[in-house]
Amino acid sequence: MAENGIVIKPMDQFIVKPLFGGDVVSWYTPTNVTLWMALTVLAATALMVYGSRGRAVIPTRAQSVAELTYSFIYKMVQDVAGRDAVRFFPYIMTVFLFVLLANLLGLIPFAFTTTSHIAVTAVLALTVFISVTALGFILHGTKFLKLFWVDSAPLALRPVLALIEVISYFVRPVSHSIRLAGAMMAGHAVAKVFAGFAAALGAAFFLPILAVTALYALELLVAVIQAYVFTILTCVYLKDALHPAH
Amino acid sequence: MADPAQDAVGMPQLDFSTFPNQIFWLLVAMVALYLILSRVALPQIAAVLADRRGTITADIAAAEEAKQKAVAAEEAYHKALAEARAEAGRIVDQARAEMQRELDAQLARAEAEIAAQAAESEARIREIRTSAMGMVSEIARDTAKEVLGVFDVKADAKTVTAAVDAQLKREDAA
Repeated sequence: MAENGIVIKPMDQFIVKPLFGGDVVSWYTPTNVTLWMALTVLAATALMVYGSRGRAVIPTRAQSVAELTYSFIYKMVQDVAGRDAVRFFPYIMTVFLFVLLANLLGLIPFAFTTTSHIAVTAVLALTVFISVTALGFILHGTKFLKLFWVDSAPLALRPVLALIEVISYFVRPVSHSIRLAGAMMAGHAVAKVFAGFAAALGAAFFLPILAVTALYALELLVAVIQAYVFTILTCVYLKDALHPAH
Repeated sequence: MADPAQDAVGMPQLDFSTFPNQIFWLLVAMVALYLILSRVALPQIAAVLADRRGTITADIAAAEEAKQKAVAAEEAYHKALAEARAEAGRIVDQARAEMQRELDAQLARAEAEIAAQAAESEARIREIRTSAMGMVSEIARDTAKEVLGVFDVKADAKTVTAAVDAQLKREDAA
């Protein structure tokens, strides 16, 4: 991808690098992943703890945002996964805030987007998948398998449907994680490509810049929507574990 | 940018050598965030929300109570107003009756006085008239005598008196 000597490397922004020099990335090395995850946790803490520290009956703006986020996710858990899912609300809130703020922080120029890595989203999705499956068996025993046995279908169709249900159940963590990582990675890569065009096009530089501006607005939307989708899917899977009946 | 060691080869997402690092730090971040949220942030926000709900409920109850009080006060006001109106009506009626009574009494007294004065005046008029009539016949007689004297007619007093009286009676009848 070379034009006029300018090389566009849209994937460089995703490289995991040690923070303090060196080439070796072992499991404990502080990397840009560490930095941006720490910033994500800090941002979440700033919003949810520092923003509402006043505990005012009439909230400040930051406290309003924290309360709206709280109420929004609380209501989502209640509506989608049921009233008895409220005990998992702190975990779902953690997932939502982490994904949302990681996505948003990733939109800052020169930032590293932790959620654009399949390793991160796969762990998030697998955590949900494994804990939900375990929860289903713990709460309902073998009755949890009824999730795959569609009682309302004709008997002859049930084995076929069961096979489809099992496959779709195991595909869940894959789609759950790749959806988020893919959306994040694609947007950032495209933004970088357009930005590279701006340098390469010379006098017509403003065209790609307009495109990047529009794309940025879209990416802002995508960042929020992907966090929302990831969270609501977590709630849907949780509902299956709590209430396996169709 | 030019540093070849920093160039991405294919997708950095599929560089499995960085996976343990990412997973480790992700778990650290998630546990930290989970602890912060579940221990500090969420109870704090839940407390504020419950607090606000409590305040709103209390305020609505207070407003309800104030409204009840206002309604009661209005009722009391209307009752007092109606009572005052009735009282005023009674006082007006009483005053009117009293005035009527007084007026009647004064009228009766005035009428009686007027009647008495009228009777007195009438009596005096009658008296004056009687005395005037007497004087008229006397003057007529004297005048007749003088007239007769002028004509050198001798007439006795009795005849003149009778004639004058007769003439006066005729005048009276006319």
